[in-house]
Amino acid sequence: MNPLLELRDIRHAYGTQTVVNNLSLKLEKGAIGCLLGPSGCGKTTVLRCIAGFEPVSAGEISVNGAVMSNAGFCLPPERRHIGMVFQDYALFPHLTVQANIGFGLHRMQKAERAARVGEMLKTVGLAEVPDKYPHQLSGGQQQRVALARALAPRPDLLLLDEPFSNLDVTLRGRLSLEVRDILKNQNATAILVTHDQDEAFAIADEIGVMHQGEIQQWDVAYNLYHRPANRFVANFIGQGVFLPGKILDSQHVEIELGTLAGDLPHQCTPDCQLCREGNAVDVLIRPDDIVHDDDSPLRAAVVHKAFRGADIMYTLRLPGGGIALSLVPSHHNHAIGEKIGIRLETDHVVAFRQSAP
Amino acid sequence: MPRPRCGAASRCGVAPSSGRYGYALRGRAVPRSALPCTPKTAHSTPSNCRIQVNGVKDGTLDPTANSAGTRNGFFSFSAFTYRASSGWRLIPFLVAALVLIPVGTVMSSLFAPTGDVWQHLVETTLSDLLINTFWLALGVSAGATLLGVSLAWFTAVCEFPGRKFFSWALFLPLAIPAYVTAFVALGLFDYIGPVQTALRAWLKSDLSWFPDVRSRLGVIIVMVLAFYPYVYLLARNAFITQGKRSLEAAQSLGFSRTQGFFKLTLPMARPWIAGGTMLALMETLADFGTVAVFNYDTFTTAIYKAWFAMFSLPAASQLASLLIVIVFAIIILEQHFRSRMRYAETRQSARADRIPISGWRAWMIAGFASGTLFFAFLLPVMQLSIWATHVFARDFDQRYLEFLWHSVLLSVFATALTCTVALLMVYAARRHSDPATRAAVHISTVGYALPGAVLAVGVFIPIAWLDNWLGEIAMQLFHIETGLLIQGTLATMLLAYMTRFLAVSHSPIDSAMQRITSSIDEAAVGLGSSGWATLRCVHLPILKSGIFTAATLVFVDVMKEMPITLMTRPFGWDTLAVRIFEMTSEGEWEQAALPAVALVLAGLLPLIFFVRQTER
Repeated sequence: MNPLLELRDIRHAYGTQTVVNNLSLKLEKGAIGCLLGPSGCGKTTVLRCIAGFEPVSAGEISVNGAVMSNAGFCLPPERRHIGMVFQDYALFPHLTVQANIGFGLHRMQKAERAARVGEMLKTVGLAEVPDKYPHQLSGGQQQRVALARALAPRPDLLLLDEPFSNLDVTLRGRLSLEVRDILKNQNATAILVTHDQDEAFAIADEIGVMHQGEIQQWDVAYNLYHRPANRFVANFIGQGVFLPGKILDSQHVEIELGTLAGDLPHQCTPDCQLCREGNAVDVLIRPDDIVHDDDSPLRAAVVHKAFRGADIMYTLRLPGGGIALSLVPSHHNHAIGEKIGIRLETDHVVAFRQSAP
Repeated sequence: MPRPRCGAASRCGVAPSSGRYGYALRGRAVPRSALPCTPKTAHSTPSNCRIQVNGVKDGTLDPTANSAGTRNGFFSFSAFTYRASSGWRLIPFLVAALVLIPVGTVMSSLFAPTGDVWQHLVETTLSDLLINTFWLALGVSAGATLLGVSLAWFTAVCEFPGRKFFSWALFLPLAIPAYVTAFVALGLFDYIGPVQTALRAWLKSDLSWFPDVRSRLGVIIVMVLAFYPYVYLLARNAFITQGKRSLEAAQSLGFSRTQGFFKLTLPMARPWIAGGTMLALMETLADFGTVAVFNYDTFTTAIYKAWFAMFSLPAASQLASLLIVIVFAIIILEQHFRSRMRYAETRQSARADRIPISGWRAWMIAGFASGTLFFAFLLPVMQLSIWATHVFARDFDQRYLEFLWHSVLLSVFATALTCTVALLMVYAARRHSDPATRAAVHISTVGYALPGAVLAVGVFIPIAWLDNWLGEIAMQLFHIETGLLIQGTLATMLLAYMTRFLAVSHSPIDSAMQRITSSIDEAAVGLGSSGWATLRCVHLPILKSGIFTAATLVFVDVMKEMPITLMTRPFGWDTLAVRIFEMTSEGEWEQAALPAVALVLAGLLPLIFFVRQTER
């Protein structure tokens, strides 16, 4: 089956500055994709290219097999049938909630239109405020109106540009799950852009981590965390430290805290240069890889601690001088300076060639 | 505790910010909320009003610190204002009373019509006045809206040759008082004017087909050319600040850019456009000079005639009361649109790319803009210069300098008074932001909508009454014949000016004050700055540009103001505007040119700041 959305080697430049470079991705119908990256990585530009607000200077964007953009061509946004939820929602301030939602339904009959608006109002849970104006709504409600407005014409694809960045943290978490349910109910295909990984994890089926205009890894959340493709992804997703290690064989690597077993790296090929015995590598150790164990002979000093409710994030100084993080249930309350027992508990290895000094 | 000294501005810790000049031009304060991007910080009184007593260090009295403090002029301003706060509180109410008294005076004659005066008015002039006013209001608002919105759209949304130039140049007509454009138009296109004379000679025809300039259409055209910039200003602001986001949203919902304009851009700008139209309408109703030049009778000229030709103050105030009712209806409409504007404000997003227009369409637009600019600004200025050079040798004499001196002196007094009162009011409102104070401020700034002729009547009557009362008291108590104490003095005039132009100065000073949030005050106090130091090092640099703008605008407005000056001036106090009135009522266009040139030059002043600021 053809993917619903396909980007092939697209490039975009503002003047001489290349913002998006050789970027490719595919999205199946009904899937929710996400472009995740720090600000300025070009993720919003990709979204605007897909929407048709920006042209591409190379490559091709197609939806359902139909070309939307390529080097010399850019189908106007209004003919793409792609919906968009803007970061600032861009609600029309002079129109009521229902007029906003019905705005894109101008080709429908009046009755049909009213029915669709009513349906969308119910879907996003705003059935009781159809006649309010945007300024009378809370941030979360405005967000829902923006979503309903974009979904109302049943677009082939929905784009969401940092949709939750204007909301406070608690609302963000709740609304992102809600939005996922709405999108799945409507069987919508969507791409979300965000810099917040929690948001990405909560909503998206597949996530592309972007850096400097390129997708570093396109994968499911689990793999991004546990099997990062490169150092950038390893650093950007989740927390963790790199500890120096030495390859014992293609299945084992030794670090200060012990020996880790597992494929190494996970996409290892037979002629892999990394896995040769004796090679020096950096091993990614996540906070959940180090377990607190009072009986362990291995001791590390608490340098810093952050109480997080259910657990405490300890920053530890290892005997060899290295720094590591450890997530420990919060009733194990230790003072800074105290030496606590730790044990390595991993089932796979993430290692990268040591960076040149 | 180290105290900041007020040396260089940078040492104050607050760099003098670039000024947001108020958006008030030609006597009408364009509402701050007309600008979608104006910061709207509530200026609340710091709740933890700190009383800082110098010399108290760590709870113990330190005499050295005290003497050092006073020597440097850092005594406790906070403590001072705290005690004086009950006095501050009254200022907005006093000023509101100054507006309410004239309005009340005039309105009272509406509810207590004196039978024969009313009868006479109804029989003679009233229906003509109403019809004239109706057509004028309708024509000018329709014309100014069409012209203003179309020009705003072209310069804000499209790209055509000369767009950048026209964007600011189309504001220029604001520098010319409408009555000046009016007499230039008459002088040029009248039967004996150069245009018709030349055409007659050239065509060898009696030119019977040539439309009469001195007609309803003539007045309307002149006023449209003079007042379209209000609509242009607001509509342009709306178009520009809408940004591209909403248009993009429309596109993603299946509308092309052109469809988006009519379906979205225009409806979204409606409150601004309506606001601009209301301003133009208020100017039209307040206008005296233009209609006087054209002999087109409206309420303002009728009020003047009732007073000075018929010597009937009751008739004048009766007419004034009718006009005020019409004006109030407009004010209510304007306030309505203003509140809509507040809600329709959009967050500022990236500016939309302009629609490129080329070929004959682009030249049509450029031609349209040039035509407007030519008739509204260039032609009057050129004709004025020609006339002025003709009469310069004869008219530039002691008397001319006296008119100029009177105008400048009056404007300076009025500016100082108005700006001081506005500043005090802004401070008072900052200290006490209770509903009553806010209502008082609101009322105080409504004076700008009152036509000068109405104000003159409304101020004159109570002052005459006060004079009589004082005279009687003096007679009874001291057996002294006081004569007229206040009536016919500069005080009457200044009071009327202040009432009318307070809004003009209030708006920029208030916008500047909005930038001084209560946390800035608290930060200054927290850094050890005493009240006076805060005032000098923090407030003044921030307010400076606002005060400057206010002063410039009031200065120019007072110079141009015709009816108040005519009706309340002390005997012999002829100003430039008075001279223009006298000369134009005799059809001496050339002689009116020289004083008009001075007014136009003065009018260009605030416009330069304004243009520099908006087109930055």
